[in-house]
Amino acid sequence: MAQISGDNHGLRLAVRYTVLGLIALIFVFPLVFMLMSSLKPDAQLLSDTRSLRAFLPVGDISLDNYFDAFRRAPVGLFIFNSVIVTGVTVALSLLICSAAAFAFVFIDWRGRDLVLALILATLIVPFETIAIPLLLIASKLPWLGLEGLTYGWLNSYQVQIIPFVADGLTIFLFVQYFKDLPGELIEAARVEGASWWQVYRRVVMPLAGPVLATAAILKFLVMYNQYLWPLMVVQEERYRPVMVGLQYFFQLNRAWGEIMAYLSLITVPVLAFYLFLQRAFIASIASTGVKG
Amino acid sequence: MASKFTRSNSTGWMMAGPAAALMALFIVLPFIFAIGLSFTNQRLISPNPTQFVGLSNYSQLLGVGLLTLEPERDDAGAIVREADGSPAYPALRGYTRNNEDYPQLDGMREWFSVSLGDSRTYVLARDVVFMKAVVNTVIFVLVVAPVQGGLALVLALLINQRLRGINVFRAIYFMPVVVSIVVVSLLWRFIYDGQSGLLNNLLGALTFGAFPRIDWLGNPSTALGAIIAMSIWQAVGFHMVIWLSGLQTISPSLYEAAAIEGASKWQTFRYVTWPGLRNTAVLVLIVITMQAFALFAQIDVMTSGGPLDSTQTIVFQAVERGYGKQDISGGSTISVILFVFVLAISLLQRWLTREKK
Repeated sequence: MAQISGDNHGLRLAVRYTVLGLIALIFVFPLVFMLMSSLKPDAQLLSDTRSLRAFLPVGDISLDNYFDAFRRAPVGLFIFNSVIVTGVTVALSLLICSAAAFAFVFIDWRGRDLVLALILATLIVPFETIAIPLLLIASKLPWLGLEGLTYGWLNSYQVQIIPFVADGLTIFLFVQYFKDLPGELIEAARVEGASWWQVYRRVVMPLAGPVLATAAILKFLVMYNQYLWPLMVVQEERYRPVMVGLQYFFQLNRAWGEIMAYLSLITVPVLAFYLFLQRAFIASIASTGVKG
Repeated sequence: MASKFTRSNSTGWMMAGPAAALMALFIVLPFIFAIGLSFTNQRLISPNPTQFVGLSNYSQLLGVGLLTLEPERDDAGAIVREADGSPAYPALRGYTRNNEDYPQLDGMREWFSVSLGDSRTYVLARDVVFMKAVVNTVIFVLVVAPVQGGLALVLALLINQRLRGINVFRAIYFMPVVVSIVVVSLLWRFIYDGQSGLLNNLLGALTFGAFPRIDWLGNPSTALGAIIAMSIWQAVGFHMVIWLSGLQTISPSLYEAAAIEGASKWQTFRYVTWPGLRNTAVLVLIVITMQAFALFAQIDVMTSGGPLDSTQTIVFQAVERGYGKQDISGGSTISVILFVFVLAISLLQRWLTREKK
C-alpha cells in the first residue's frame, strides 16, 4: 500500500518537473540560440537552424563574429556611452529621490502633501505620451540660446540623463521604505541636536540598503534598455547608446553572425549580473507591487 | 504633533526641491505642453511663428465619414457588374475630391466598407493610417492584458509550490525581463524569418513537413499576432513576480482553514486565493495596459508598421510625425489621444475590479 502511494508521489513529482522544465525551455531557447549563433560563421548559422544544432556549440566555432562586430562599428564606444548614461543617472536618481522621500516622510513642511500627491500622480503618465513635447523642450534647452535655430541639448549626454533623474516610482519606493523605519530614531537624533542633513546621511541612509538596491536595479533596467528617447535626441555617433547603436548596426549589414555577437555582447553582462543578483532583481520587481 | 524638531519649511523644500523641480520641468511641463501644442501648428524647427489652430489637429486625425453608394446601373436599370460578378460602384474619388455636395468628405479615403444588399456603405477616414494604428493598438491591449496577466498568474501559481529547485525555474521564467526589448525584437525577427526561421523549422519538424512556411512578419494577417506573442514572452515574468508577491501576502491560516473544511483545489483558489489577489489584479492590469499602449520598440525594430500598415501603432505614429516629420503639434495631438486612452482604460479597470459592497 505504502509502496503504491510512494510510486504515485514520484510520478506526480516527475510530471511537475516535466511541466516546469518544458516551460523553462520556452523561456531560454531564444537566448541559447543567440549565444550559440554568435560563435558560428553565417553559412553554418543558417543551415544549423534546421536542426537542434542551432542550440549547440558545434562545427566551426570561433569568436570571429565578435572581432568583426568591433571592426564594423564603434561598439566599444556605444557600450561606453550606455555605461556612462546609465551609471550617472542611477547614482543621481538614488541621491535626489532618496532626499525627496526623506523630506516627504520625516519633515513637516508647507506644501508637502500637495507636492507628493502631484509626484505620485505622474505614475499614470507613460513616458511615450510626453516624449514629443519633451523633444521640443530639449531642443530649446538651456533656454539661454540666442535667436535662430538652436539644437540645444540634442546630441549630448545630459539630454539622456537629466530628464530621468527624478521619477515617481523611485520616490514612491523610498517613501514606502522610510515609512517603516522607526520614527523615534529620527526624533531622537534631532533632539540630540543633529541637523536634517546629518540625520539623512548618518541615520537613514545607512539603513536604506535594501531599497537602494531595489531602486538601483529598476532604474538600471530602464536606462540601459532605453530606445525611444535616444533614438529621437541622439543623431551623432559620439553619444549613441547601445540599443540605438544596435538598430544602426542591423541596418548597416545583415550578417546574422555579427548581429548575434553584438546582441550577446550587450546582453551577457546584464544576464550575468542578473544571475548573480537574482534575488535582488526579483525583489525589486516584487516591491513595485506593494501597493494595496 | 509637529514640534520644532520635525518642522522645517526651508529644509523640506531644499531636500524635495531638486526632485520636484526636475519632475516639473521634464514630466509636468511636457504634459501640459502636449495639450497646449495640440491646438497649434508648432514644428520642431520652423521659420514661421506658431499659430493657434483650434481642434484642426484632432479633426485631421480623428475625422471619419460615412458614404452609402448604390451600384451603377445601365440604361435598362440592371446592375453593372465587375468581371468577378460583384456589383460595380461609382468611384469614391468623385465624392471625396472637390465635390460641393459633400464638403465634409473632402480629402477622406476609404478605411473599410460593408455591403448591405446591393448598396455598399463606405467608412471613410481623414487619416486612414492613424485609424489603423488605433485599431491595432487596441487589439494589442485587448489581447495582451488578459493573456499576459492570466499566463503570469498561472506561472506564479506554478512556482509558488514547495519543490526542490523551484528557485531555478523562477529565475529562468524571469530571465527575458532583463533582456532589452530591442535585443529580443531582433532575435525574434530571426526566429520568425520566412526562410531560415527557427519557428518555421520547428513547426515543419513537428508536422513532418506538412506545415507551409510562413513569413510571419511579412504577412499582414500574422504580423501583429507574431509581435503579440513575442511581447508576452518577454514581459510575462515581470507580472509573474508581481502576482507572486501578492500570493505571498495571503495568510497561510486561510489555506489551513480551507484544507480543514475539505475544499478542493479549485474551491481554494476561488474562495481564498483570488479574493486575496484583488489589489494585485488591479495593479497588474493597469501596468500591463500602460505598457501595452506604449508599444513602439518592437514595431520599430521588426516591421516599421508594415506590411500594409498591419502593425501601425499609436506611439509609432506619434514618433513618425513628431520626430520623423518634425511635426511637433501632430505628434503632441497623438500623445494626448494616447493619454486619454490610457486614462480611460485604467479608470474602467479600476471600476470593474472595485470592491463590491
